Amino acid sequence: MSMDIIVKKGLDLKLVGKPSNEIDQAKFSQDFAVYPADFHGVFPKLVVKENDSVKAGDILFFDKNSEKVKFVSPVSGKIKEIVRGERRRVLEIKIHADKEITYKKIKKLKSENSSDIIDYLLENGLWTYIKQRPYDVIADPESSPKEIFISGFDSSPLSADYDFITKDQKENIIEAIKHLSKLTKGSVNISLRKESNSFLRELNDVIIHNVSGPHPAGNLSTIINKVSPINKGDTVWTLNLPDLAIIGNTILNGKFSPERIVALVGSSISKPKYYKTLAGSNISTFLNLNEKNSRIISGNVFTGTMINLNGHLRHYSNEITAIPEGNDYDLFGWAKPMFEKFSVSRALTFSWLFPNKKYDLNTNTNGEHRAFVVTGSFEEVFPLDIYPMQILKACMYKDLDEMEALGMYEVSPEDFALTEFICVSKQPHQSIIREGLDLMKKEIG
Amino acid sequence: MSIKSKLHEIKESFKGKKMAPAFNAFHTFLFTPNDVTSSGTHVKVADDLKRTMNTVIMSLVPCLIFGIFNAGYQHNLAIDAANGISTQVSLFGNFLTFDNLMIGSMKVLPLVIVSYVVGLTVEFIFAVIKGHEVEEGYLVTGMLVPLIVPVDLPLWMLAVSVVFGVVIGKEVFGGTGMNILNPALTIRAFLFFAYPTWMSGDKVWVYDAVNRAGTPEAISGETILGMHAQNLTVDMYSLQDMFFGFIPGSIGETSKLLIIFGALFLIFSKIGSWRIILSTLIGALVMGLIFNGVIEAGIITDSSKFYGLMSVPFWEHLLIGSILFGAVFMATDPVTAAQTNKGKWIYGFLIGFISIMIRVFNPAYPEGVFLAILLMNVFAPTIDHFVIQSNVKMRLNRLKIKAA
Repeated sequence: MSMDIIVKKGLDLKLVGKPSNEIDQAKFSQDFAVYPADFHGVFPKLVVKENDSVKAGDILFFDKNSEKVKFVSPVSGKIKEIVRGERRRVLEIKIHADKEITYKKIKKLKSENSSDIIDYLLENGLWTYIKQRPYDVIADPESSPKEIFISGFDSSPLSADYDFITKDQKENIIEAIKHLSKLTKGSVNISLRKESNSFLRELNDVIIHNVSGPHPAGNLSTIINKVSPINKGDTVWTLNLPDLAIIGNTILNGKFSPERIVALVGSSISKPKYYKTLAGSNISTFLNLNEKNSRIISGNVFTGTMINLNGHLRHYSNEITAIPEGNDYDLFGWAKPMFEKFSVSRALTFSWLFPNKKYDLNTNTNGEHRAFVVTGSFEEVFPLDIYPMQILKACMYKDLDEMEALGMYEVSPEDFALTEFICVSKQPHQSIIREGLDLMKKEIG
Repeated sequence: MSIKSKLHEIKESFKGKKMAPAFNAFHTFLFTPNDVTSSGTHVKVADDLKRTMNTVIMSLVPCLIFGIFNAGYQHNLAIDAANGISTQVSLFGNFLTFDNLMIGSMKVLPLVIVSYVVGLTVEFIFAVIKGHEVEEGYLVTGMLVPLIVPVDLPLWMLAVSVVFGVVIGKEVFGGTGMNILNPALTIRAFLFFAYPTWMSGDKVWVYDAVNRAGTPEAISGETILGMHAQNLTVDMYSLQDMFFGFIPGSIGETSKLLIIFGALFLIFSKIGSWRIILSTLIGALVMGLIFNGVIEAGIITDSSKFYGLMSVPFWEHLLIGSILFGAVFMATDPVTAAQTNKGKWIYGFLIGFISIMIRVFNPAYPEGVFLAILLMNVFAPTIDHFVIQSNVKMRLNRLKIKAA
């Protein structure tokens, strides 16, 4: 079954540094790290100590709030260091990897019951790949989702091409979908670009949504809002296609190996292309920069996490993006005609003249933080039937009733990346929404 | 050492100090800062609030320059008229002359300077006290204020009302972006109610008319609206004069052509809301049509004091007074206008509608645009509330269907 979805409002930001369709094996690095901050809302309770030896798939920590959710090691090796921050909060678990990875032997699934499948996923660290709406956090294993949505493509700037990176993962992905479909009474929905000829189209018992239009066409909120909007009390589970490969691989082969094909992209990269590596791996072995003063991002320029030159590939990332830092002043930058920077206005900014130009943007904020002034621009890039500015303001003044009434259950921070990008007042939309969601989760649950 | 690095050092030395916002205001005027993104999106669009405000100012500059020449031209025209000489306007013959420029600059530039200096001083003081950056809101307000006052306004009155307008109209609500009333119109309203003799009547609209009143050199300083309000026939000015702006009035409001240019620039640059501009004009036309209909039906006859303004053809209302200027530059202020797209249509329409209504029925002063906009500023959040409620209801209905 398939359906067409046309996204009209949005914006495709074209950047320099698109990857070529080549995959290289990244040189193996023995430096690995797991960052609990990747799992929003998780309060890590460690089960390992420094100098412990672990195998790939061994439990490192679990979530204090939801003890069934386990987080496992991506490699075998020795726990080198546990970096703690304020109030002994765990920031980073550093692992010195063995040269030859040994895997924890994972028992076969007991049965095809949904409860057995859930236990299996929880125990083996695979549950982390299943997120839920509302709140955009790791799914509550006790909840029963009305539908499962799988993002089959990413429309963010310079994002990895899911069709390309999963082309050899057909078996694994089909295996994962087979099991996931048992977890919901509703259906498994997959979003694909209209022009994609993914093997997923051959599947029978899923609903394929053929999406066309600009970013955020790939964001699942956009699809869910059109297909099966989330009401108060509903839960929907969401996954990303590349993560299904890891789930399927574990089920089929009995070992946990978070292998990823990562797109190394951005204008600061000399040769943008794909690299095969493991989640948690040090990126310096394959990073090739042409500009020293660069921002390295695990993920894309809209939602990614800032990391340093010796940083690690984060749990959910399918890209490493590098763009120039913009830590320089610009003489009369607010007044002069602007050709090299992107803009959605035409206030002496000329990007409207070159719709296909690829931009080399840096990390400068191009102005200072201000209160919201301009109205009507967010709506142009925001496809959900939600008032973006009003919901942001509701989050800022923490009015739970209003947040709920305006549709807070349906959004995730990434939906506000575009409005944040175009915001003239340089407000941090994504973190405003994130704080709003956290507050709602705490107060309403 | 370059200016850039020198200023950077000074900025660092000011960091955390009380006067930092004051220095930063000058610094960021010269250089956009070296701030980089930290969380959220790692890249940002080129526009900031300074650029947005600057775009509005650019669209106002032609009106200002025209206003300067027109101040001189109207002065000379009125003297000629008092001497019984009737002159025909000619752009290069008697309008864009050095004499007009001198008279106009002498009267208008001090208004601009006082407006900016006083207003920005208040902004700086508040920024330093409250420890936030100096915000750009006043850049536009400071330009708008001199354009919407009569040319003969004493400077001290302007200064007093700017202080009132910025403090009460804006800063007490929390500064730029938080105000309920349009600051420029708050300033004008304060002037109007505090010093009505300097803001209305038949003298203030032409330079020196007040001084010469009662002397043998007396000249007229009456606007077209004033003449209509007194049921006088207006034959001094042709439609072209009204459209191109060779008429007396507030400094920047007279040239409809240049206002239209400004509007097109604002709409093209996506800074001004075309929805508000268009719906304001539609509202004004509808009200004008209603009045024309009343006259046509004979309900109001020429014995009524409203006859003069009611019988103005509905489309001519757009050419006289400040409705066009108000629609383009005042109603569109995003902070005080309705913020939803549907709301903007309603908000604009009501501004136009009420403007012409007040214009016709106001016994003391034949113009209502600033009052109408201020009134709708107050109601804009209400309009938005009802627009947003429909979205909220849609969501609730969905929930009910699901529960059923």
